[in-house]
Amino acid sequence: MNFLTQALIYLTAAVICVPLAKRLGMGSVLGYLLAGMLIGPFVFGFIGKEGQDIMHFSEFGVVMMLFLIGLELEPSQFWRMRKSILGMGSIQLVFTSLFIFVLMMILGLEWQVSLAIALAFAMSSTAIVLQTIKEKGLSLSASGQASFSVLLFQDIMVIPVLAILPLIAVKGLTESRHINSSLIGNLPGWMQGLSFVGSVALIFFGGRYLFVPLLRVVARTRLRELFTASSLLLVVSVALLMQVIGLSPALGTFLAGIVLASSEYRHELESDLDPFKGLLLGLFFIGVGASINFGLIGSKPFLISGLVAGVMIIKFLILFATGRIFKVASDQNLLFAFALSQVGEFAFVLLSFSNQLNIIDREWMEIMMAVTAISMTITPLLLLLNERVIDPKFGLKESSDTDNKAAPEIGEHHPVIIAGFGHFGSTIGRFLRANGVESIILDHDSDRVSLLRKMGFKVYYGDATRFDLLQAAGAENAKILIAAIDPPEINQELILTARKHFPDLHIMARAKSRMDAYELIDMGLSDIYRESLHTSVKLAVDVLGKLGQRSYTATRQGQKFMQYDEEALKEMAEHRHDMKQYVLKARETFRLQEEMLAKDLDHETGENDHSWDSEIIRDTLRKIQ
Amino acid sequence: MSNKILILFAHPRFESSANNSLLVKHIPDLPEITFHDLYERYPDFNIDIEYEKKLLSDHQIIVWHHPFYWYSAPPILKQWIDLVLEFGWAYGPGGDALDGKIIFHCLTVGGPQSAYNREGYNRFTLMELLSPFYQTAYLCKMVWLPPFTMHGTHRISTEEKIRTAQYYGTLLGMMVRGEFSVNEIKKFTYMNEWIISVTAKISAS
Repeated sequence: MNFLTQALIYLTAAVICVPLAKRLGMGSVLGYLLAGMLIGPFVFGFIGKEGQDIMHFSEFGVVMMLFLIGLELEPSQFWRMRKSILGMGSIQLVFTSLFIFVLMMILGLEWQVSLAIALAFAMSSTAIVLQTIKEKGLSLSASGQASFSVLLFQDIMVIPVLAILPLIAVKGLTESRHINSSLIGNLPGWMQGLSFVGSVALIFFGGRYLFVPLLRVVARTRLRELFTASSLLLVVSVALLMQVIGLSPALGTFLAGIVLASSEYRHELESDLDPFKGLLLGLFFIGVGASINFGLIGSKPFLISGLVAGVMIIKFLILFATGRIFKVASDQNLLFAFALSQVGEFAFVLLSFSNQLNIIDREWMEIMMAVTAISMTITPLLLLLNERVIDPKFGLKESSDTDNKAAPEIGEHHPVIIAGFGHFGSTIGRFLRANGVESIILDHDSDRVSLLRKMGFKVYYGDATRFDLLQAAGAENAKILIAAIDPPEINQELILTARKHFPDLHIMARAKSRMDAYELIDMGLSDIYRESLHTSVKLAVDVLGKLGQRSYTATRQGQKFMQYDEEALKEMAEHRHDMKQYVLKARETFRLQEEMLAKDLDHETGENDHSWDSEIIRDTLRKIQ
Repeated sequence: MSNKILILFAHPRFESSANNSLLVKHIPDLPEITFHDLYERYPDFNIDIEYEKKLLSDHQIIVWHHPFYWYSAPPILKQWIDLVLEFGWAYGPGGDALDGKIIFHCLTVGGPQSAYNREGYNRFTLMELLSPFYQTAYLCKMVWLPPFTMHGTHRISTEEKIRTAQYYGTLLGMMVRGEFSVNEIKKFTYMNEWIISVTAKISAS
């Protein structure tokens, strides 16, 4: 099969399955996995054994994802999380390995085999979990943070595990040499340590003093594709460097990401690499789906399903216990434990490595790989089950036990629904409440929900973009829906759902930025509130005051500026469609800002203000005299 | 006995008013005089009622100092009157907080004095046009005195304006020291006439 045919198959499968999965509320990961199964050797057979190769190639998507995560994480933030990374990570890894090791021993495997499998199975899937968390907008919640900590620790631990495996390989040590592709593998330990420190230093200094200046030069050429090429070059070279010294490429790029998080090109890099990451991850999941050996599963259905169940239950229980120890609230903890209960993509690497070291034979490796792939496929389904069935019951019950009166009754009607009760929504809710207007609040952070309930607010816990939750909150009889969710994509999803099912509901929306406001205008909304406009104009007004300007005049200028800016926003929202060649958001933002500033030059609110200025009267009188 | 004076100043665009700058510059720098710039303090018209009431209670003489716009005061002064002069505090049963306090205007007026009479283009006298304020003071049991004005601001010379501003300063100083008689001042249509006659007498003696 040539390249184009292959591309056609993968892309078609993805384009059909992913929107379908999303539509059914299953998330993109499951969509890709299903696409992989469909085109794999056991359903349509469009692709055969190359599933494994695809996976190998597209693991690079995971590498990119960690780079992007690093970019979003400033070093200080990383440092603040050190306790949960080390604490939660080590507890999870040690106990999960231990229990799975025991399970494998019970199955009658040798201790070396059991240990290799246990270490491989202790890992969870960074790709699935982080993608899902991001899609659900949970990155900043307790469950998001816990997941991230544990996954990061696992990523780090892949390195020592890779080092340990050759030591437990009792047979065929000579054969194992050739697979150790690292250049320094044969060097003594202290040299290896030194080269490790050296490459971290290289990433740090190279990133800051070589790559950022390089980007500056590239940016000046104004060739967009060159910038993308540079971003890719960085990720590829860091990954390669890590491979050479035998470290995890994902970890290396993660470090590089953190180093560049404070550079001025952070957003450019993000928007450039994001589509690559998305596509590669998609491809990776397709590969996982395609590599599931249904033939093998068919021949050993009980062993494999039993293993999947056993492993996932062990992982779930230990994750849940870890969350408990670190005082993650029950709802969050459930989500966290379910999210990480699968065996991750590192298992593929570790298992095939163990096979090459002759620790584990081919048949067991295939079985374990099937277990891994199945557990990955089940995860989105489990999360769906958790979200729809377990969590609403368990979570709501749990919270309402503490304060039964405040829990909202279904059928209770309030004129206002506030979706999202972070710093933006909470101010609205407090103000309305101070003026005797009670509103129904929808929020998906269970810690916040239980706090708010204690304060007597009427709060529904859950994903506000879901039709049934809106309905339960009384959207049919409410007058106004305030869409105040933080991530713009989720807010827009909420608006779409609400408009489709509740056309009479008046929507007033929070816009995070000017770009976000443009999109809301495109959706036909008229009540759009940019969260920064009033505050920044107010600050500017006060600056004028501090500089000696009369405060009433400054206030009037501020009012006029806001009016002008709102008008300009509407005008430019239409205008921006004329320029179709700008696709990527970051670039478009800059272009619109430039246009905005140019427009400002023609419009000076300070001039042409003749109110209460008697100079004109005086001049006119002088002229006629 | 010294009096404390509260000047309630209202100009929406003080920075481009030469006349009022001149008047304000001549206000004596005395601890007994409080210059209260309403537009600067309340650019959003959100008047602090309790604070304003306390200021009123702490002073014996109140001056409404503002340009005479459209035969009335700039809007913030109306806002101030509406909000601060509360029923049961400033007027009505038990509303005795301002009982006996002295109040008068200091105005800058675009048109000349001659325009403010039956035959002039403004058809009414300044006193007639100020009657809503007069009545407000009356209802609050305050002692109303004739206005101090700078008339014809669009036409008069700078020297004339400076002279008027100096008289304003002198007036305030004398009021602080209590060198005036309410009944004597009430005989005049304009406060200006009283202060001119008094200072003339002093310099003559």
